[in-house]
Amino acid sequence: MKSNILKIHKILLLGSGALKIGEAGEFDYSGSQAIKAYKEEGIEVVLINPNIATIQTSEGLADKIYFLPVTPFFVEKVIEKERPQAIALSFGGQTALNCGIALHSSGILKKHDVQVLGTPVRSIELTEDRALFNQELAKINVKVPHSIACNTVAEAEKAAKAIGFPLIIRAAFALGGLGSGFANEKEELAELLQKAFSASPQVLVEECLKGWKEIEYEVVRDAADNCITVCNMENFDPLGIHTGESIVVAPSQTLNNYEYQKLRTLAIQVIRHLKIVGECNIQYALDPRSDDYRVIEVNARLSRSSALASKATGYPLATIAAKLSLGYRLTELKNQVTQKTCACFEPSLDYLALKIPRWDLNKFRKVSDEISSEMKSVGEIMALGRTFEEVLQKGLRMLQIGAQGLDPSPYPFEDLDYALTHPTPHRIFALAKALDQGYTIQRLYKLTGIDPWFLQKIKNIRGLHKRMVSLGARHALPLLDHAFMRELKQSGFSDHQIADVFEEKELTVREYCKQLNVLPVVKQIDTLGAEFPAKTNYLYLTYSGNKNDVDFSLKARFANRAFEKAKNRKTIVLGSGPYCIGSSVEFDWCCVNAIKTLRKSGHEAIMINYNPETVSTDYDECDKLYFDELSLERVLDIYDKENPQGLVVSMGGQIPNNLAVKLHRAGVHILGTSVESIDRAEDRTKFSALLDSIEVDQPLWKAFTKISEAESFADKAGYPVLVRPSYVLSGAAMSVAHNHEQLNAFLGKAVRISIEAPVVISKFEVGAREIEIDAVAYKGHLLIFAVSEHVENAGVHSGDATIVLPPQKTYLETLRRIKTIAKMVAKSLAITGPFNMQFLAKNNQIKVIECNLRASRSFPFVSKVTRHNFIEIATKAMLGKADIKKRYQTVDLDYVGVKFPQFSFPRLKGADPVLGVEMASTGEVACFGSDLEDAFLKAYLAVGYRLPKKNILFSIGRMEDKIDMLETIQRLEVMGFSLFATEHTAKFLTDNGVKVTKLHKVSAKTSPNIAEYLDLGKLDMAIVIPRAYAHEEQTDGYLIRRKAIDRNVPLITNVQVAKTLVRAMGKYPIDWLEVKHWGEYRN
Amino acid sequence: MDRVSALKLVLKDGTEWVGQSFGFLPRETSEINGEVVFNTGMAGYPESLTDPSYRGQILVFTYPLIGNYGIPEESFKKGISEFLESEAIHIRGLIVSEYSPEYSHWQAHQSLSAWLRKHRIPAISGIDTRALTQRLREKGTMLGKIVAPSRLFNSLSPFAAPDEANLVAEVSCERRRILTPKEGFRKTVVAYDCGMKHNIIRSFLARGVRVIHAPWDHNLSREKERYDGVFLSNGPGDPKKATDTIAQVAWSIQHQIPTFGICLGNQLMALAIDGNTYKLKYGHRSVNQPCIDLKTGRCVITSQNHGFAVDVKTLPAGWEPWFSNANDGTNEGIRHKKKPFFSVQFHPEACPGPTDTNYLFDEFIKHL
Repeated sequence: MKSNILKIHKILLLGSGALKIGEAGEFDYSGSQAIKAYKEEGIEVVLINPNIATIQTSEGLADKIYFLPVTPFFVEKVIEKERPQAIALSFGGQTALNCGIALHSSGILKKHDVQVLGTPVRSIELTEDRALFNQELAKINVKVPHSIACNTVAEAEKAAKAIGFPLIIRAAFALGGLGSGFANEKEELAELLQKAFSASPQVLVEECLKGWKEIEYEVVRDAADNCITVCNMENFDPLGIHTGESIVVAPSQTLNNYEYQKLRTLAIQVIRHLKIVGECNIQYALDPRSDDYRVIEVNARLSRSSALASKATGYPLATIAAKLSLGYRLTELKNQVTQKTCACFEPSLDYLALKIPRWDLNKFRKVSDEISSEMKSVGEIMALGRTFEEVLQKGLRMLQIGAQGLDPSPYPFEDLDYALTHPTPHRIFALAKALDQGYTIQRLYKLTGIDPWFLQKIKNIRGLHKRMVSLGARHALPLLDHAFMRELKQSGFSDHQIADVFEEKELTVREYCKQLNVLPVVKQIDTLGAEFPAKTNYLYLTYSGNKNDVDFSLKARFANRAFEKAKNRKTIVLGSGPYCIGSSVEFDWCCVNAIKTLRKSGHEAIMINYNPETVSTDYDECDKLYFDELSLERVLDIYDKENPQGLVVSMGGQIPNNLAVKLHRAGVHILGTSVESIDRAEDRTKFSALLDSIEVDQPLWKAFTKISEAESFADKAGYPVLVRPSYVLSGAAMSVAHNHEQLNAFLGKAVRISIEAPVVISKFEVGAREIEIDAVAYKGHLLIFAVSEHVENAGVHSGDATIVLPPQKTYLETLRRIKTIAKMVAKSLAITGPFNMQFLAKNNQIKVIECNLRASRSFPFVSKVTRHNFIEIATKAMLGKADIKKRYQTVDLDYVGVKFPQFSFPRLKGADPVLGVEMASTGEVACFGSDLEDAFLKAYLAVGYRLPKKNILFSIGRMEDKIDMLETIQRLEVMGFSLFATEHTAKFLTDNGVKVTKLHKVSAKTSPNIAEYLDLGKLDMAIVIPRAYAHEEQTDGYLIRRKAIDRNVPLITNVQVAKTLVRAMGKYPIDWLEVKHWGEYRN
Repeated sequence: MDRVSALKLVLKDGTEWVGQSFGFLPRETSEINGEVVFNTGMAGYPESLTDPSYRGQILVFTYPLIGNYGIPEESFKKGISEFLESEAIHIRGLIVSEYSPEYSHWQAHQSLSAWLRKHRIPAISGIDTRALTQRLREKGTMLGKIVAPSRLFNSLSPFAAPDEANLVAEVSCERRRILTPKEGFRKTVVAYDCGMKHNIIRSFLARGVRVIHAPWDHNLSREKERYDGVFLSNGPGDPKKATDTIAQVAWSIQHQIPTFGICLGNQLMALAIDGNTYKLKYGHRSVNQPCIDLKTGRCVITSQNHGFAVDVKTLPAGWEPWFSNANDGTNEGIRHKKKPFFSVQFHPEACPGPTDTNYLFDEFIKHL
């Protein structure tokens, strides 16, 4: 009966690369857990993952880390070098899976005798190829949607006739529904087919099950055929909206026992038949009017849903999957939460977990905000509680989009019925508004297909709000009695929401709740509904209950031996909240490293965060995890209960940073740099005065509340100018104006979105270079710093820039000046902890453009390139343990690190893929190399771009850029590429003796046309440089850029990037690129 | 609108749990006695409430939201409920965190609240069911009462233990009847109804087995119909009270008749072969219990509802434990090493819960 544990001593694990829409932080979680699980077995783990901001690519996890593209070419190189016995494909999302299948089918794995762990490749293929999948399920009489796999447009049209409209079109082998959509008639079909075929060689034409319930199960199976379902989940939105775009609740709410068990039994039957070993996800459509069902798909790997299920249940799916892949049986593994009971069981929840996606669509120009079968969201949150109303309102606040709960008032809907029938990120608010206006549940059900049970819960929330308002609004708070307050709190109303109704201060409501004794209690996530004792530190707060699961009494604390040891050195770290453009896995890396340092220093480390795709929300990372809101109210609740010695706000990015002042005023002890200093750095006027006092230059700027004053300033400073409302993260709503008209247009917009804050206008420096410094100080004394330079000229948001460390082009004198400025700023602000500054350099002049007294996006990058953990140093500094005498080498390195942005434009229909002052990238990679070109080329490949084989298209707007690019283009000609260009660019090139073929503009409709060339796949790369940094109109350049993206043709829109790429291509044939692991890059 | 009145659960240890009534509202002076137990299943409240094994118990659901999909029609075909597990609600009272008055399901016929009122069963919502469960887990299953909030602990009559009565006799059918599958039958079993869930009957009928539905004290030696096997159902309370059934099981085994038991049936089997049973601290009531088949090592996820267990140390020669609970090691089934006598502690008929082990019906039928 003993299982056959595989005798393996070296495993190659594939990561998922940069964060992108459809493949985000969840794979850092699953990969990290898998590495830990393999290491526990004494196995050497080699990791390939170019995502430098992840925990899994940090010291102390994998034995060797290759920051290389996850592509068959590089993976084979690593296999040849490392000779692993086995490869793990299921922890790195679709990227790892696709790469693994390619390695398998090309015979590379067999050639090098590498065994695939867990689910066999054959089973993966069965789940990935729709036709095979349907055939397999038919063998066991399991229903799938009527679907026909087609390899040509003609086949697809025939299939459409056979099934009948409406139809759903899907591209096979694609992440997160890329290239999918609904077709109601022939024309829509034709358009969708073209797009789908450019994303995949196979397209599926399927029966449309719009309006059916969408249900998912997470299934685990071992090699001995023990099979369980860990969790089921129900989508709030019916079928038709990608599950990654849906609000999802665990466990299911509207299924009875029969349906729950029927789908569960089917899940086990299917997974056994497919012979999956490890973890997988199965999705169903369930008829809301009968027990009819369809199996939609099986993901034979860890997925976003499995990360969610892990966090929702406390069942560590990735760890278990890793162990099972080695041959362990489920029955041989322990439930890690109880440490007593068996892992072969199905968690029982005594709470609800609700996931809401986080979109960031307003960061992209020209993108449609409708959501459907393709993924567009960039992150997600999970809310825990004991009523649906509670988790929904908590969840909406957690999104950090300004919503204080389910309140429709900030969202105007011109046509409510349209907003209800055309889902957008704001539909949930449209539902609330409709109910306020008296729509019946039945009518809403008809319009949206959302189950009446969910609609009724929304109605309950709005009903309570109405009751509150009826008390008499202004200063009627005392009329709110204990019972009503408790009901409000149990339904997820925040102090802020209640304060808004009664026109009181948030803290007044807080005090009133304390008087009424309406307080939240702390409950544990223990996987089994309290059936067995569990020593879990995985916690949440709720108002449905009156007993804390954790004993906070002094007596209990003294009884605890750890307390003696820790001497009350409890410290809370605030996490980074949902991933969105500008705040992503890099801040989770900072938080996890802060927690690690605190624990090493003998502190009890407490984490507050609620993003299910993070490692910081793994309950084994910290001493206590509060999976709850990062709001003033909730942080104070936890602070009051825990009574820690301090709280860290500088690791999780802007969300915790924004709480600093309020928390400080409420009496919280903030560790590190003082709150006054944070305010001095954040407040433009104060910071300007500070720079003036130390005689440091900055671009000319001024704050305005009137348009006329702004105009005269812009005239004086000279166009272009940068326009932005104050206190914004990652450049949202920032714009560059090149003239009066643009300025007026932007001001109209900016003023509308931000009434309280004045608009700031600053001189936009053209042609300047951008340099950043990441640093740590202790009581104003600089401990460590790293200077990096951007490849792009200033004007590209630092989050979208290609960043080089150590700097290759910056003069020594400039470096010295930057260090001096950083020292002066650190001293003036008495900084203790992390900080980041950004500079413009032009003609030996340095100007400061930004200063953040917190860890920045690039901390993991600079820490890993310099091999000094900046967060560890910063955390120690905040604890008063800085080593002032220590010197770190961060400038003179024998290698180069290049950080490259990952864009998700293919998923954002219509978005203009051009870089500007607003951040648009969803993730990043970084590669190492012997020089800039080596590292740059690998990083370029690591974000999924291909090198051109033959044909390259040019369209360059401005004459300066044409001239600037000429030498580069000539070089490409010499290298043997065929060049194509738009009219003016072609003329310029021909005039300069370059052989080039002219192509007509997309709008010209004449042949030879760019659209035609892109559609037929005749172009390998498009270099399209826009005329200005920002524009709203649909230019020809936009049409080319967009088409290139839709046709999956690599697109470059920046002169400096194009030049660097061509230089690198000339220097390094792909075979010459260095294949070295991180440890080999040492000084 | 449902009436909103307060109601209180009082435990024997003196703790009081006040919430809102959402079922039948008892009179100010009444005391509803019961043994307070908890169930960790997340779906299946209509099935649980009609499971006769809950006779005499006040049931606490650990899942916080109950009532979401209403209650299906109480319809019967040939005396067998179509959607539920018996004709009645067997619990004495229901305790939940949140009752969801709004329900939504295509099969829903009425709300949970209306159904409870119809059957005169009191129910309380707004209770910290997690804290209550922790108390029951730490102190063991406890006697309790549902009373009006005004009632003081000292004024209450003594707490009465339901399992001191012969609960099996209370829930068993009154007279023998024969149920024949629509499509005809190949085999016949005598099924002892000790509080038998209807899905057991449905499971036999669906497999082409005729069921002689017999009361708990039915005398096998006088059964006139030809039968191929004996089945022992689930049921409430202390198995040792069902002495008449135990005697019949012994007779069946003695006469080499294939015999299969579920839940209480497992305990009756053990007692019939002179083994012993004992009361668990707080029992198993859930749909996620892992049980290991001791021969194959395979693990099955099972539905359970029991407060007593078989003491495997007392099994006579020739018998062996069959299944064991992977969490706490308690017995989950026994069998004779050679003869077709076997029983399981869990519920292969599910309802509620996973159907992983319904193959056991087929196993049994193979021996007939």
